[in-house]
Amino acid sequence: MSKHAHVAQLTVAVSDRDHTIGPADAPVTLVEYGDYECPYCGRAFPIVQEVRRRLGDRLRFVFRNFPLTQIHEHAEHAAEVAEAAAAQGKFWPMHDWLYRHQFALDDDALLEGAGELELDVASVRRALADGTYRARVRDDFMSGIKSGVNGTPTFYINDVRHDAGYDTATLLAAIEQAELAL
Amino acid sequence: MILAFYPADWSPVCGDQMSLYNEVLPEFERYGARLLGISVDGMWCHRAFTENRKLHFPLLADFEPKGDVARRYGVYRERDGTTERALFVIDADGFIRWRYVSPIDVNPGADGILEALEALNAGVSK
Repeated sequence: MSKHAHVAQLTVAVSDRDHTIGPADAPVTLVEYGDYECPYCGRAFPIVQEVRRRLGDRLRFVFRNFPLTQIHEHAEHAAEVAEAAAAQGKFWPMHDWLYRHQFALDDDALLEGAGELELDVASVRRALADGTYRARVRDDFMSGIKSGVNGTPTFYINDVRHDAGYDTATLLAAIEQAELAL
Repeated sequence: MILAFYPADWSPVCGDQMSLYNEVLPEFERYGARLLGISVDGMWCHRAFTENRKLHFPLLADFEPKGDVARRYGVYRERDGTTERALFVIDADGFIRWRYVSPIDVNPGADGILEALEALNAGVSK
């Protein structure tokens, strides 16, 4: 019988398969596990943008899928559409589009978004129907589960789970502290 | 079997503990484990909560006598009348093989449970 007490750590390192923005050699990497339909993630979206703007090249941001499919009926397809967009080189525009359109994320809306971003809509539609990116989304999800993701959004700063709040000031302070600890 | 005590239904966050486990259910099942949630909420409360969060596993009502099961596991919180966030992994012979009590305001996630199930399976196959 064991009790385990530990600081949750990212168990799957950031790699080429991830969607990253910011320099690979930035001193701090912020990883978010998020769900496109989760209102808390929606609130975190402009905060992360602000934090990125303020820190510039000092920060690399990574987004991984963590759709809670039972409580958010559109979250899985939204995540798959983002992956389909990534295959066409437009992950981040789609990521941003999804968080700006949280209020309507049914399949028709998702394909409309794909059109707005000038993606090959037919191939996005096919990818959704075939579940082409379902395994990829599940891989992200399981990497989160194994890293102790306990709700959405969950953030990791240089591989350590950030358990404090995620308002701009708190997140900035935690990132700057991680930078000083290097 | 996984027994997950939690303080109360209706915690106001996405991805609350039970919703999270709901998503991980297929992984638990891969290890042949069954999940039971348990709190001091009554049956009707559980029923509404289950419907709202679309839970695919049973919630037990430790309601009358209140907290009786939690007391036996040593995880009743006298001062607020609820239970700890406590996880137990129990083997086929009824022995507790792993337990974890999380700080009450921290959702413990599912990583500890999966590690415990993995260890248990490794032990069985030896």
